[in-house]
Amino acid sequence: MGSYIPNTGDERLQMLESIGLENIDQLYDIVPEEVRLKELNLESGLSELEVSKKVKAAANKNKVFDSIFRGAGSYNHYIPSIVKTITSKEEFVTAYTPYQAEISQGILQSIFEYQTQICELTGMDVSNASVYDGATAAAESVLMNVDGRRKLSVVVSETVNPDVLTVVKTYCESRNVPVTVVPKKDNATDIDALKEAIQKDTACVYVQSPNYYGIIEDMDSIVAVSHEKGTKVAMGVNPISMGLLKTPAEYGVDIACGEGQPLGIPMGFGGPYLGFMAATKDMMRKLPGRIVGQTTDADGKRCYVLTLQAREQHIRREKASSNICSNEALCAMTASVYLAAMGAKGLMTVAKNSASHAHYLAGKLSEIEGFCLVNHKPFFNEFLMTCPVDACKLNKKLAENGILGGLPVDSGILWCATEMNSKEDIDNLVSLVKEFVKEAE
Amino acid sequence: MANIDELLKYSKTHEWVKDEDGVITIGLSDFAQEELGDIVFINLPMEGDEVVAGEAFADVESVKAVSDVYSPVTGVVEAINEELMDNPALVNEAPYDAWFVKVSEVTDTEDLLDADAYAEFCESEKE
Amino acid sequence: MELLFERSREGRGQTILPQCDVPEYEFDSALLREKAPRLPEISEIDLGRHYTELAGETHGVNNGFYPLGSCTMKYNPRINEELSALNGFTGLHPLQPQCTAQGALQVIYETQKMICEITGMDDMTMQPAAGAHGEYTGLLLIRNYHKERGELQKRTKIIVPDSAHGTNPASAVMAGFKVVSVPSNEFGGVDLEALKAAVGDDTAGLMLTNPNTLGLFDPNILEITKIIHDAGGLCYYDGANLNAVMGHARPGDMGFDCVHVNLHKTFSTPHGGGGPGAGPVGCKAFLKDYLPSPQVKKDENGYSLFVPEKTMGKVRDFYGNFLVVVRAYAYILTLGKEGIPEASANAVLNANYMMNKLKGSYTIAYDTQCMHEFVMDIGPLKSETGISAMDVAKRLLDCGIHPPTMYFPLIVHEALMIEPTETESKETLDKACEFFLNIYKEAKENPEVLHSAPNNCTIGRPDDVLAARNPVLKYSFE
Repeated sequence: MGSYIPNTGDERLQMLESIGLENIDQLYDIVPEEVRLKELNLESGLSELEVSKKVKAAANKNKVFDSIFRGAGSYNHYIPSIVKTITSKEEFVTAYTPYQAEISQGILQSIFEYQTQICELTGMDVSNASVYDGATAAAESVLMNVDGRRKLSVVVSETVNPDVLTVVKTYCESRNVPVTVVPKKDNATDIDALKEAIQKDTACVYVQSPNYYGIIEDMDSIVAVSHEKGTKVAMGVNPISMGLLKTPAEYGVDIACGEGQPLGIPMGFGGPYLGFMAATKDMMRKLPGRIVGQTTDADGKRCYVLTLQAREQHIRREKASSNICSNEALCAMTASVYLAAMGAKGLMTVAKNSASHAHYLAGKLSEIEGFCLVNHKPFFNEFLMTCPVDACKLNKKLAENGILGGLPVDSGILWCATEMNSKEDIDNLVSLVKEFVKEAE
Repeated sequence: MANIDELLKYSKTHEWVKDEDGVITIGLSDFAQEELGDIVFINLPMEGDEVVAGEAFADVESVKAVSDVYSPVTGVVEAINEELMDNPALVNEAPYDAWFVKVSEVTDTEDLLDADAYAEFCESEKE
Repeated sequence: MELLFERSREGRGQTILPQCDVPEYEFDSALLREKAPRLPEISEIDLGRHYTELAGETHGVNNGFYPLGSCTMKYNPRINEELSALNGFTGLHPLQPQCTAQGALQVIYETQKMICEITGMDDMTMQPAAGAHGEYTGLLLIRNYHKERGELQKRTKIIVPDSAHGTNPASAVMAGFKVVSVPSNEFGGVDLEALKAAVGDDTAGLMLTNPNTLGLFDPNILEITKIIHDAGGLCYYDGANLNAVMGHARPGDMGFDCVHVNLHKTFSTPHGGGGPGAGPVGCKAFLKDYLPSPQVKKDENGYSLFVPEKTMGKVRDFYGNFLVVVRAYAYILTLGKEGIPEASANAVLNANYMMNKLKGSYTIAYDTQCMHEFVMDIGPLKSETGISAMDVAKRLLDCGIHPPTMYFPLIVHEALMIEPTETESKETLDKACEFFLNIYKEAKENPEVLHSAPNNCTIGRPDDVLAARNPVLKYSFE
């Protein structure tokens, strides 16, 4: 049996004696007899070696694909070696929320740097220290605009990631905030329908671009229509696309948010991930979650602290706009190290190579009969394509060859490519698809 | 000992009130700002908002606390002191100049204390 | 210390990616950003050193004693880190076919089963990413339960003791409830008469931490949960303090209907400077159909995902912080049926040992045998010497100890909440007590040194007022 308790049996006895007890059970004398547990129905503990073998056996039951053409909310990007080296430093791993600034400057400064980088990526004025993931970031982004008086409802485009939509709906439903879903038109937000959906009491419109189908939305129109009606706009973005594409700030949106996983965080079967949120300056005090600010110490030396805390639950309690009291600090640091390691040029290369691979893949697949782009709109690194054969069977064949194919969506396939999918991999995929289609005939 | 302006009236929740021809100006007393410490931000209502006697209409944040500011009257916010948004320290520096809101169309007013009664009340609060 | 951006020199950096091997795609210029983001241009060696310096200004559990009450800063075993970093876990796409992720689903399923056993619950979701997120999810179970019974309009109130964590009332409001606060009795427990007076047919439920934030187990727990159930409400157990009672008492046996646990407290997963943690939520069978989607099940064909019948929806994408779950899985396997209760008993022993050593000098807020943590009231010391809880805390920084939780719970005005955890040795506790007692002496003899503390840290006390009045939240590049 493993244990991480340093004190030996003798030491424990000495300690018990010092507090006037004879045995360890007496520590629980206050617990009523009816709720005292006799024994846990668990296996006996294991040695480190046994645990290692057992957990590795579970890991080995999973299939790690050599080549991945699936995105839909989780993306396979290259993680520079330095990222893991830095973020596994035990000080960072084993610290908690930096309440005591004097011995937490390391964590605080790293978050301040992260906040700066998120502002640079999105063009926004202020960023928080992160939230749980992209989906909760979207939910918090819309809810921070609901004021309980004038602005009471939200509008979400149908083209956002469906799981994100579900999270937004769950969060809003419990707060009695109505959610209107704007239908899609050719897999992009229907601007006319959006115009109609926005009411006087609409607090916020949430759209995602590139959207779930990979399409770059007509943000100019979305922002114009929303602002005209006095409604804020929150935009979900893929942070990698920010290496290249127009920023939320350039479109004039009020809040930018998204899933930070592509920034050096492994896919990890869905988590931990990183929800980033940034806003215009006038919304600073509505941002939920931790925020780090710069200040000076008693000697006038520059330093960092958790600030604007009166927004938060530990002070505002039931009046807080969110209950979040942690962030994903280590994931935020991961993203920050990733961005520093890549630099602006590196990030642009990731974005360009991802987009170029995706467009090359789309071109090659289109050469196969029955594989057509569903929409002819600009896309970034994901696209929806028709599939003339059974998508699941096709994916099965690809899996046999170590390839994770695109995600079956709406009777087509949502393909994704990143810098990881080399020309060779793409050509190989395309020839396997061709083979499969031929066999199916 | 906190400074109490003789010309003003006060609520038991430490707001000061000035009545000028039916337009009610509301701020926080010196006693209140001392208790709160350094004020870092003030949330004000918007012009045109209704305020209700006995209910919170604004809040003030210090570094480690947030406190509601209650309206002693029912009426409509006619003006807000936007300067406080940029410079909340004014409440600490000169509480009786740093007004929060002006309220008109007043339909209801709480019982208020005069300066002497308020001074006595503050003493009792301290114990 | 320089910022990353101040270390940046134009033209520096590594070549990490190859040239593009396909024709480069050119976007319409209207879709492109105007200016590149100002990310640092930095050599790998400087990047490494930057964070080595930052690490030097960070205090983690591995640096020294961390008795931060309510946060259970226990040791984070290295093997758990190694196992969670296996490529067989990190390399999995969350949407890859379930038949290719059987090991991952097994880890989720078996961890849920084991924590259900430890908490006395029947089912569990791993989706919530943190404790507060778990609270919210648990309250949504309660909400959906009342909603289905057509009672949501009427049952609008959640009862929360005044000693509760601030997240409790905030979570209740997020879940659409109103909060009713009930006072504590003279023993720091729930005041039963006040509770009886607070319940009614508008009661949706109760949120309770037991042991509570004073580190005291409420011996009336069965009566408390009965009062709520008799009024038609449900009972939610905030698992923040589960490390006191694992293997000795289960929330499920105390009458609770749902619970969240913090994997980053009780189950030894690291806190990561504020996250990622995980806040799984367990429930009794009658609530399981409301759990978030998807859930994992096991049958003759192996493990698979399904959507619970009346699911509340989702509170996060995918299946929660999976790699955190892997760590907790390894931890529970390591401790097993004997090690789990042993961990809790030693957490309680360590807390009582420390409290006993300190109580001759410091005032203990509720001077009785405690569970895994205890609260000291610095109030008497403050009235005598002017030394506050903050001063004591700041002086501890000079001793290489992370201070206890300050000014919480709110019902003790000058509170210091100390939670040593079971993974600290007797000599660490002895040494810490020595520091505490020395500070007590200083407060009486040389208070100046406490007012100016810390004196040995890289920075002195920061100006929080300046930070909040003139928020500087990013680097200015000027």
